[in-house]
Amino acid sequence: MLSIITEKSKKILISSRFRNLIFILFLICLSVGLFEALILSPQDYLQSDSVRIMYVHVPSAWISLGIFSIIAFLSLGVLIFKNKNFVLISKSLAPSGFIFNLIALVTGSIWGKPTWGTWWAWDPRITSMLVLFLFYFLYLLSWKIFEKNKAITISSYISIIGVINVPIIKYSVDWWATLHQPSSINVLSESTIHSSMLIPLFLMTASFALFSILIFLMKYNVELIKVKNKGLDRI
Amino acid sequence: MILDLFIMNGYGLYVWSAFAFTLFNFLVLYKVTSKQFIKEHDKFAKKYKSLDSDQIILAHKQSTNRTFVRTVAHKI
Repeated sequence: MLSIITEKSKKILISSRFRNLIFILFLICLSVGLFEALILSPQDYLQSDSVRIMYVHVPSAWISLGIFSIIAFLSLGVLIFKNKNFVLISKSLAPSGFIFNLIALVTGSIWGKPTWGTWWAWDPRITSMLVLFLFYFLYLLSWKIFEKNKAITISSYISIIGVINVPIIKYSVDWWATLHQPSSINVLSESTIHSSMLIPLFLMTASFALFSILIFLMKYNVELIKVKNKGLDRI
Repeated sequence: MILDLFIMNGYGLYVWSAFAFTLFNFLVLYKVTSKQFIKEHDKFAKKYKSLDSDQIILAHKQSTNRTFVRTVAHKI
């Protein structure tokens, strides 16, 4: 059953038509999102126009957390079921997660200067995001320095250990007194953010998610074709 | 109006540099990945071209190979 799902999903993942569709959707979403974020959305009564940094900072942080969680979940599958496709998917997701983590850290630092008066603070939320960045780095590094079988095991363990940090990032603003503001968007309770800011935020999140899917699809193709190239050598 | 958009009440430098950094990273990641993508597809096309007819039949048994052949058909 798992192999049937894997084969069918593999066909979709390597289809160039699907990739082009994602690319077009990304461009549309990004254009509308940028227009909303930079022009239409209002200023904040306290932070003025610096609040617009939220439209790149928050989606990047969400997506980097989401991608790392998926990698950890798939890595658990790799260790239990020895599924090679899970390995390819995890490996292909990591570069975009790493870049989104970097964007979240840098844009957060840029936002911190006008808001807190400093580029960096060893605050629990910021520090735990830096720890996630280090886990992403170690994950990618393990693929560069170890041979394939060792890299599969080591990278899986890195992501499973690293995922412990994800709830720490999420709840750091509730557990400790931090410079970072608490969550404005909650799934279970009402969000404290106005719809005029929520719409551009969701549009930018959608466009960033589409970009990460696009990079994942391209990277998955690269990884899969590498396997197939080795296969052609053996024929 | 346009000047206001750039200045953003004195926060323009922060806002525009955050957006520029994000889009620059998008561009770099897309360029690096598409370079790898083209390189590996070219390698596949080259290897596929060097196969004889029996090896092609064998390679065609895998649906993933057939899909990749369709993608690189113009290079074969």
